Amino acid sequence: MNIDSIKRGIVLDHIRAGRSMEIYKYLHLDELECSVAIIKNVKSNAMGRKDIIKIDEDITIDLDVLGYIDPGITVNIIEDGRIVEKKHLELPQRLVNVIRCKNPRCITSAEPGLDQIFRLADRERQVYRCIYCDTEKKKG
Amino acid sequence: MRHLIDITDFSVEEITGVLDLADKMIANPAAYRDTMHGRILATLFFEPSTRTRLSFESAMLSLGGSVLGFASADSSSAAKGESLTDTIRTVGCYADIIAMRHPKEGAPMAGSFKSSVPIINAGDGGHNHPTQTLTDLMTIRREKGRLDRMTVGLCGDLKFGRTVHSLIGAMSRYEGVEFVLISPPELRVPGYITQGLRDRGIPFCEVETMEEAMPRLDVLYMTRVQRERFFNEADYVRLKDTYILDPEKLRDAKADLSIMHPLPRVNEISVRVDDDPRAVYFKQVRNGRFVRMALITTLLEACDEH
Repeated sequence: MNIDSIKRGIVLDHIRAGRSMEIYKYLHLDELECSVAIIKNVKSNAMGRKDIIKIDEDITIDLDVLGYIDPGITVNIIEDGRIVEKKHLELPQRLVNVIRCKNPRCITSAEPGLDQIFRLADRERQVYRCIYCDTEKKKG
Repeated sequence: MRHLIDITDFSVEEITGVLDLADKMIANPAAYRDTMHGRILATLFFEPSTRTRLSFESAMLSLGGSVLGFASADSSSAAKGESLTDTIRTVGCYADIIAMRHPKEGAPMAGSFKSSVPIINAGDGGHNHPTQTLTDLMTIRREKGRLDRMTVGLCGDLKFGRTVHSLIGAMSRYEGVEFVLISPPELRVPGYITQGLRDRGIPFCEVETMEEAMPRLDVLYMTRVQRERFFNEADYVRLKDTYILDPEKLRDAKADLSIMHPLPRVNEISVRVDDDPRAVYFKQVRNGRFVRMALITTLLEACDEH
């Protein structure tokens, strides 16, 4: 299967197979007017199978969201049909309005307009913690 | 702007500074009688309180300052649906410093984001209670002469016990402190706290009976099983009388044990223990006023410097 290469835009590579639709949703790619290609189950030497997303426009990507969903993703910035920058991600220290606190006793369940903020508590165990009530959210 | 939301917002050195100032205030209260003249403390208590609210008010009045506020959410605009952050912004126009208690965890932190004056967390749900911890630290230091090298037993509702969470956070920063966590399985300390102790290599154990821990304790910190934290009344009724400290249970305790309680108590400490010289819970109440005087002074002086 062939998807045209893009002249100027972004390619999200090394997405774990099956996670591309989740990323599509989190990054609100459905709101874009440019072409967006989701390529699933591409053969990969390193990963076996992977997903790729190609975005035919140079948009601002929320790298924190992307790093939280899958820190293994590579963000390739394309200009004049060539990769001009490769960004490797990691779990972000802080997440703002990406995940929600499930603790019914937390102030976020009662106060309108309050940002949902989590901080990375344990990188190894991939655990985040609500800054307001300390409720843990394990990634996965 | 300095706030006190979590006890670890203050370094060990800063806490020592507050405790030293509180000791000076106890020794010579007259010297501080007018130091906060013209300043206003707002006590915003969205949840009922006797000791904490009155001790804050007494503290500010003892410093020559003034006090305003409300004692329940029903008597504030929260009852009309006003958001917490709007309330805090409003009160910041009337007061120089705010002490707030709220049933929701993290409410003081949320308030601090929009506040133009220092916020003191006077208890947020079952989460934290840093000013009770200052009171507890002051009491332990005055009783023992130190805050390091001791075994601290915490007993009762360790899950929703906000005073317990803050006290562990504070005491775990001192050298040679061990914790014995005494609770039924349903009311154990939240996992994030025990994980934090594990990560930092701080010794602790979790047990279910007071008796097995008693002989090695230097401090026994009793807590109430709090009806207001349970969604299910049956669970409260089942657990409320799990631990009752009486003179018989103290038979194997050390002669210099300090028996503490943040109060109010229900049944968890028999009144027969009150006359035991090791019972220091009413000393805690007294210390609470002075340590809050020291805290208000510290936060407002930090404001003045900036």
